[in-house]
Amino acid sequence: MTGAPLGDLALVVSAALFAIGVAGVLLRRNVIIVFMCVELMLNAVNLSFVAFSRTHGIDGQIVVLFVISVAAAEATVGLALILAIFRHYESVDLDLFRRLRW
Amino acid sequence: MTEFFFFLFAAMAILSAIFMVTQANPVASVVYLVVTFFALSGLFVILDAHFIAAVQVIVYAGAIMVLFLFVIMLLNLGSGVPTDIRRGLARMLAGSVALALIVVLTRLVLGDPGSEALAPSALASVLEAKGAVRALAEPLFNRYLVAFEVTSVLLLVAVIGAVVLARRRAP
Repeated sequence: MTGAPLGDLALVVSAALFAIGVAGVLLRRNVIIVFMCVELMLNAVNLSFVAFSRTHGIDGQIVVLFVISVAAAEATVGLALILAIFRHYESVDLDLFRRLRW
Repeated sequence: MTEFFFFLFAAMAILSAIFMVTQANPVASVVYLVVTFFALSGLFVILDAHFIAAVQVIVYAGAIMVLFLFVIMLLNLGSGVPTDIRRGLARMLAGSVALALIVVLTRLVLGDPGSEALAPSALASVLEAKGAVRALAEPLFNRYLVAFEVTSVLLLVAVIGAVVLARRRAP
């Protein structure tokens, strides 16, 4: 089985997904979509961890497990924050949230 | 055959990620992101990470995305909302940053001659001998036990924090 080429291709796919996530964060104003783009970037990095773990041992997959559990914790707290902010502003538009900005 | 499915899942993941970013309706975005996560779990299977693929479907596509969908419906953002995609300069900025990232990262990955020299799939023999779950569980509960316990405390803190944050304040 061709080992290295598929792993390298997976790294390219991971780079593309990460770039799409960055573009989404810059492009969207809906805070929930921006949050989803952050999840997409986390998943892109997971893909490269898995691709590297084929040649560097199982530790990469263990890191992916930790990333998934931390992402779950982050999603719960983040969505609770979005709920609280929505109650205050009655909107999810990022450009309106400017209390902590100069 | 493996290559065919690899390219199928890779194209699925990238296309639905692009749709996720460019779709105005948040519910459609969530559904496209679920498709991306399913395609990624297919890629994980091809790349010898069978347990991760199962966890990806259960935790990401199952739990986290349902949470997103639930919040979107709770906030009543489904349809009829005006588009939130930025125009003009921000759009060009996003496109050029993404293109630059793809070019730089791809050159970094493919330009590295060391990646070819590595042993192809050193993992396969370990998986063959122990099975997908045991190969992952043994180091997780020996070498990474402290990190595992800290993660469980983190999840507990996240649950408490979410309850405190989302609770309606008494007037």
